[in-house]
Amino acid sequence: MPGKIASAALAIAAIAASGPVYAAERYDFGRPATPQEVKGWDIDVSPDGAGLPPGHGDVQQGEAIFAEKCASCHGAHGEGKPMDRLVGGMGTLRDKKAEKTVGSFWPYAATLFDFVRRAMPLNAPQSLTPDEVYSVSAYLLFLNGIVAQDTTLDADTLAKIKMPNRDGFVSAYPKLGASPKP
Amino acid sequence: MIPRTPKSKEPSPIAAERQDGDARLITRRSLFGASASAAAAAIVSPGLAQEGDNLPPSVPEWQLHPGDETLSLPYGRPSKFEANVVRRYRQGLPEPPTRLSSFSLTPLQDLCGIITPNGLHYERHHAGVPTIDPSEHRLMVHGLVERPLIFTMEDVTRFPSVSRIHFLECSGNTQNWGAPKPELTAQDTHGLLSCCEWTGVPLATVLAEAGVKPEAKWMLAEGADAAAMTRSIPIEKALDDALLAYAQNGERLRPEQGYPLRLLLPGYEGNTNVKWLRRLKLGVEPFQTREETSKYSMLMPDGTARQFNLVMEAKSVITFPSGGQRLGAPGFYEISGIAWSGAGKVARVEVSSDGGSSWRDAALQEPAMSKCLTRFRAPWDWDGSPSTLASRVTDETGYVQPTREALLKVRDVRSYYHYNAIQTWSVAAGGAVTNAG
Repeated sequence: MPGKIASAALAIAAIAASGPVYAAERYDFGRPATPQEVKGWDIDVSPDGAGLPPGHGDVQQGEAIFAEKCASCHGAHGEGKPMDRLVGGMGTLRDKKAEKTVGSFWPYAATLFDFVRRAMPLNAPQSLTPDEVYSVSAYLLFLNGIVAQDTTLDADTLAKIKMPNRDGFVSAYPKLGASPKP
Repeated sequence: MIPRTPKSKEPSPIAAERQDGDARLITRRSLFGASASAAAAAIVSPGLAQEGDNLPPSVPEWQLHPGDETLSLPYGRPSKFEANVVRRYRQGLPEPPTRLSSFSLTPLQDLCGIITPNGLHYERHHAGVPTIDPSEHRLMVHGLVERPLIFTMEDVTRFPSVSRIHFLECSGNTQNWGAPKPELTAQDTHGLLSCCEWTGVPLATVLAEAGVKPEAKWMLAEGADAAAMTRSIPIEKALDDALLAYAQNGERLRPEQGYPLRLLLPGYEGNTNVKWLRRLKLGVEPFQTREETSKYSMLMPDGTARQFNLVMEAKSVITFPSGGQRLGAPGFYEISGIAWSGAGKVARVEVSSDGGSSWRDAALQEPAMSKCLTRFRAPWDWDGSPSTLASRVTDETGYVQPTREALLKVRDVRSYYHYNAIQTWSVAAGGAVTNAG
C-alpha cells in the first residue's frame, strides 16, 4: 500500500517537526479549517470567559427581551412553569426539596451566556445577538440578586462575576469514581 | 371444532395456472397484483374466522392463499401482532411541556438476547431530532491541535473502521428512589437502556489526523441539533475506545441516534455520547457546560454536587418475569434478564427468588463483552406461592451491584442520576408480577 507508506512517512515527518504526542499515523483525509470557518462554529464560552464575544447588554434591556422571548416558558420573573425555574432557591441545596436554579446552583456566569446563546429560546436557538445574550444574562443575574439593577455586562465584567455556588461542585473524574460505592 | 374444507367449486387462479403447466406465470405481477391474496381468500375461504378454524386438525386460513408479495415492504417491519412492542413515555410521570425535550423508553421486557432493534432504541433529545443532509454535514476538529480540520462524511467513512457492541444508558435511568410504584414495568424502570452494534472510526484515528497537542486534556463535543448540545470528555477516553459512529446494527444511524454521525463512548453516561456530532474542540480544562453542571451532576446530602460522573456502574434487571407480566400455572419458568457495566465485562450474575435472602448463580450467555449487555438465565420452579425476584451483578473489577438500602445510605433522590441498585419484582400467588423497587 504505497499510499499508506507515504502517510506513515508523513506522520514521522510531522512528529519530527512539531512533536505531537498522539499522532501515530495519518491518512491526509479532511481539509484545513479556515479561521473564518472556525469562528462561525466556535461558540462555546469557557468558565474564565474565553470565547465571550464583543458587545454588551444591561438589566433593563434584558427585562424587555426576557418578557418577549423567555417569559412564556420560564415565567414573567424566571419563576418557572412550564419549563425550568431560573430564579431563587438560594441556600436550599442541603434541603430535601433543593431548588436548583441559575442563582442557587449554576457555578459559572459564563455557562449562562454559553447556554442561552447556543440553545435559547427553544423555538429559535442562536437567534439572539451577543448584545441580547448579555442583556438576558444581566437580567437573570439581577433577578437572582447577583448583580445590581444598573449593571451593564460585557466580556470583561461577565467573566469576573463569582456565582454563589461557585465552589459547590466536586469533580468525580477520575479519582472519586463514578459514584459513591455503597 | 369442525374440520373445514373449501366449499367453492371454482378452481383457484393458482390451481388453474398450474394446470396450464406454466409455473412461471404464478409470480407474474400482471396476473397476481396486490389484490391476489384477497381474491384467492374470497374464492377458497368462505365462512372463515370461526373460533378454532386455524387450529389443528383444521388447515390454517393463512395456508389457503398466497401471502404478501415479495418486496411488499422495501423496508420491512415487525408483524402486526407485535404492535405493542414500542417505545413510550414512563407510566405515571407527567409528560414535559414539550416533546422537543423529552425521552422514550425501550421495551426491555419484550426483547430477547442483547441487541436493541434500531426502531426501539431509547431516545433522549434536548431540542428535537434534526433532519441532516449527510452531504452537508461537517465535523470540525480544532482547539489545541496541530491542524484544525474539517471532515465530510465521505472523509469519515474512508478511515479504517471497527464494529463493536456496546450498551448506552441514560444516567437518569431507573428512578426507584422513592416508594416503588407497583404498576411499573421493566420498560418504565430500566428502559433508558439499549444495546447496538456500532460501526465507525476510532476517534483516536481522527484526532491523530489533526495532531492533538500535549497540553490538551479535555475535549468538547458539540451536536448539530437545535440544542447544540455540548459535553466535556477527558482526553484519556477520547484516545482510548471512543468511536465516531455512523452505523448501528448494520445500517446507518437512525436520526434519533444522531444521523449521520455521533460520538460513542463505551460505558459512559448516555448524555456524553453526543449525537449529530459537528465539532470537537481540544482544551486544557473541562468546559463546564450546562449539561455537566446544572444537569447530569449529582446533588449530595451535604449540598455539594458531584460532576463528571462518567462511567455507568454495574447494574442488572430481570426482564422475565417482570412488572406487568403474569405467570400461568405453577411449574417451570426460566428467569431471564440483562446485566451490564460501564467498567468492563459482566463477571457474575446471581438471582434470588426470596427477595435477596439467598442467591444462586445464573448462566451467562457467552460471549460476555466489555461495556455491553450480557443476557443471563436461571431455571426456576415456581411453587405458586408469593415470591420476590431479584438479580445482582458483579463486574470484572469486582464491583457488586448494591442493594437499594445501601445506595440510599449514601445518596437520595436529590442526586437523581446513576441509580443502579438491585431491582426486585413481586410475584403474587395468582401469578401477577409487580414492581417492588
